[in-house]
Amino acid sequence: MVKLTINGKDLNVDVPDDTPLLWVIREHLQMTGTKFGCGAGLCGACTVHIDGEATRTCITDVSDAAGTKITTIEGLDENGMHPLQKAWIAEQVPQCGYCQSGQIMTAASFLEENKNPSDEDIVEAMTGNICRCMSYIRIKKAVRRAADEMKA
Amino acid sequence: MKLQKKIANSDKRGVSRRDFLVGSAAGLGLVMGYGALPVGGGVKEAMAAGSFSPNIWFSMDDAGITTVNIVKAEMGQHVGTAIAQSLADELEVPWENIRLNFPDVAPQWGLFITGGSWSINWTFAAMSQAGAAGRIVLMEQAVKNWGVPVAELRADQGMIYHDKSNRKVSYGDLVKGGIISRSFNKAQLEAITLKAPKDRKIIGKSVANLDIPSKTNGSIKYGIDTFVDGMVYGAPRTPPVRYGATVKKVDDSAAKKVAGYQGHVVLEDPTKMVTGWIVALADSYPAALKAAEALEVDYDLGPNAKVSSESIMKEAEEMIKAGEGGRTFVDDGDVKKGMAEATTKFTAEYTTSLNLHMPLEPMNATVWEEDDIWHVTTGNQFQTVLAGVLPIVLGVDPSAIVIKQVALGGGFGRRLEADYVVVAALAAKGAKKPVKMIYDRAADTQFDYPRSQVLQSLKAGIKDGKLDSMTHDAVCTWATSRLAPAFLADAPEGKIDYFAINGADFWYSVPNHRVRVAKSKQGDAAAPAGNLRSVAPGYTFFAVESFMDELAHELKIDPLAFRMSMLDAAGKQAGSAPMSVGGAKRLAGVLKAATDKAEWGKKMAEGSGMGLSISSAQERATPTWTACVVEVDVNKTSGDYKVKKMTIAIDVGTAVNPDAVKAQVEGSALWGLSIATKEEAIMEDGAIQQTNFDTYDVLRMEDVPEMEIIVLSPGEYPVGCGEPGVTVVAPAIANAIFNATGVRVRHLPMTPEAIKEALTG
Repeated sequence: MVKLTINGKDLNVDVPDDTPLLWVIREHLQMTGTKFGCGAGLCGACTVHIDGEATRTCITDVSDAAGTKITTIEGLDENGMHPLQKAWIAEQVPQCGYCQSGQIMTAASFLEENKNPSDEDIVEAMTGNICRCMSYIRIKKAVRRAADEMKA
Repeated sequence: MKLQKKIANSDKRGVSRRDFLVGSAAGLGLVMGYGALPVGGGVKEAMAAGSFSPNIWFSMDDAGITTVNIVKAEMGQHVGTAIAQSLADELEVPWENIRLNFPDVAPQWGLFITGGSWSINWTFAAMSQAGAAGRIVLMEQAVKNWGVPVAELRADQGMIYHDKSNRKVSYGDLVKGGIISRSFNKAQLEAITLKAPKDRKIIGKSVANLDIPSKTNGSIKYGIDTFVDGMVYGAPRTPPVRYGATVKKVDDSAAKKVAGYQGHVVLEDPTKMVTGWIVALADSYPAALKAAEALEVDYDLGPNAKVSSESIMKEAEEMIKAGEGGRTFVDDGDVKKGMAEATTKFTAEYTTSLNLHMPLEPMNATVWEEDDIWHVTTGNQFQTVLAGVLPIVLGVDPSAIVIKQVALGGGFGRRLEADYVVVAALAAKGAKKPVKMIYDRAADTQFDYPRSQVLQSLKAGIKDGKLDSMTHDAVCTWATSRLAPAFLADAPEGKIDYFAINGADFWYSVPNHRVRVAKSKQGDAAAPAGNLRSVAPGYTFFAVESFMDELAHELKIDPLAFRMSMLDAAGKQAGSAPMSVGGAKRLAGVLKAATDKAEWGKKMAEGSGMGLSISSAQERATPTWTACVVEVDVNKTSGDYKVKKMTIAIDVGTAVNPDAVKAQVEGSALWGLSIATKEEAIMEDGAIQQTNFDTYDVLRMEDVPEMEIIVLSPGEYPVGCGEPGVTVVAPAIANAIFNATGVRVRHLPMTPEAIKEALTG
């Protein structure tokens, strides 16, 4: 039994300790906003926050997340209106949309750490997340828009 | 064979030529769509008999809310929004009253396919006419109440007005009043005058795409997000070769030690799509993966275990040399005579490597049986094939299968295939339980249907300083003969796959021009090719546009002037209404737009260069006129290069949603950049060697250059925009590298090593 705190809720899950956190979140708990892409920490689709830090859940054992605070895309903002989510809509970022939870979670943790990012900072923070539809131009614009909004 | 017949019988565009019917239906309000009228009956009878089975339809409730049924896959192109825009404009329904519905797959829809940049091109006229017909019916209903001539009415934003008597009524109220059945035949539909482009209110407007909010908060459901009571998870254990292996023996004693293991199914696929596959079952996906790995399997590797990328290319070279297997695609003038009379000849060969789709959502499907009905939930682009294959695989009547549409986490042509659904169906049938089957990334990568390796040999005959004759011979794998043989065409020598060579039938005026394509035997057997975003134009334009550049330099003519001189729109290059009206002139138009914007001919720094290219992808009958100029910086010592800027001009006829078109052009051009500069899969010993995004490198944000996109929407018939952007990028880069360094790269991807070798060798 592993004790997890996800989006402010305490949950007990009965899974082997070495189960990747990804599968616990999206299959066991059916919070499907977090996506499976590569299973090897290469694409970023499975990114959530663990104690505020962007973390790839496909290579994180569930037991390592015990006692931490986990935030998924569903818990980023209770109304889905985080400045990044608003910016994603304003810039019409998503195409197929599959990578976008991971993109937004990566960007959210980045903007917490860097309130005044340069364009180069944004690229450096986001380049680890693959978007196979190649919506990169709009992702970059949306992160910039959200950063400006959060600053203001 | 059954399937082949089925596809052949379905209307090519998936749009029936049947009547347009309107009638009230309990619970739905007003239903409108294309359907068949029963013999001697009307709409009411058709609805009562359940034979009103439209393939394009929508309904309107008594609040005026209009629900548009979308039978195209939503995979990032926001196709539902654009299709609804085409309808809503003529229907005069307020945009905020539009809802989308993605219904289950049914055979009466005819051909159900999403690809080829076809969606808007195929549906625009039908949706516009449907909207107009719907508006007319509502007006006629108002006339019944008011007793005034229809001609005195106007419809605007869900209301009908009679200005003379200052009366108005809402669509919702008219629906509430009940509407008498009405039908329009083809001639009546075509007699309706549609709006002039300047009068449109919703077409041509960048309305927010309806699917986007759900893609920012995790709420949208893809196939992988399906849950069914009592389901188990399936993970594939794949054979050591891409195709042709068989399982001899399985020992699962180690798998049995995995907690949650629920057995395995050795797949016996009657359609032969997958060979040598086993699916391990467990009560969680990680356990299924562990169990799949723990299985000990003895294989017969079959006939393809020695095939490699190298051997495929070697065979192609021999076939070109021997002129083996070529099927004629273009034969203008007399190339034999032209070549004999040429004063100068020039030859070049271009090659491309295996390319993979790698959509971010791995292939998956959930299949279960309930009350003798098989349910299939999966994201797919070619449901007509699915609906034909699944009855064979499951051994049931087609009517016992329901396929549910969900969002696709990337298509790019990968989900035109049925393999992963067949795998899930066989696993569920074997397990006698609902199965959610997910390919792990290695299976997704190694068992893709890649873009074929291609060898293209081009020859030019120059006469009087002009390109007078040209031959173009290609060898590649033909996806169509495997996936949809009914789509093969006839050449003088036998069957031909146009989809393997489209684009080579260019819009330049060249008096003598011959194009042939042959099918790669080894590729066909060992590395079955699929359709990858932009399909053949992704490689034919690389060859043609590189070659045109080589010829321009050979003739010492500016590459822009050289192209313009051949884009004279003479003879067959004049185009025809409505799809290709204007012909080569429109191609010259985008070329001018792109080169003006990019300041073609401006002085570049040492080691920098500009290159251009044009394309008429996807098909000659429905060309999207596209031009590209790129700027590159090349390090002449290391061969490292960087694409600094891409300028693209694209004429799509009518941009139904200009911002969505722009997004497609951004994405497709970057896809083109990824293929041109990074992506390469290699086959060794019958197996694709790459397994994940570490060994198969794809474009990331750090690789994105500055981009300038010009979308031209001159009010002509809309053509596609999801793929053409791919096709112009690789040749423009190759041409820019030449201008920067004087060396020519004729292979994709263009690696720094190849440039370095060319510079030093």
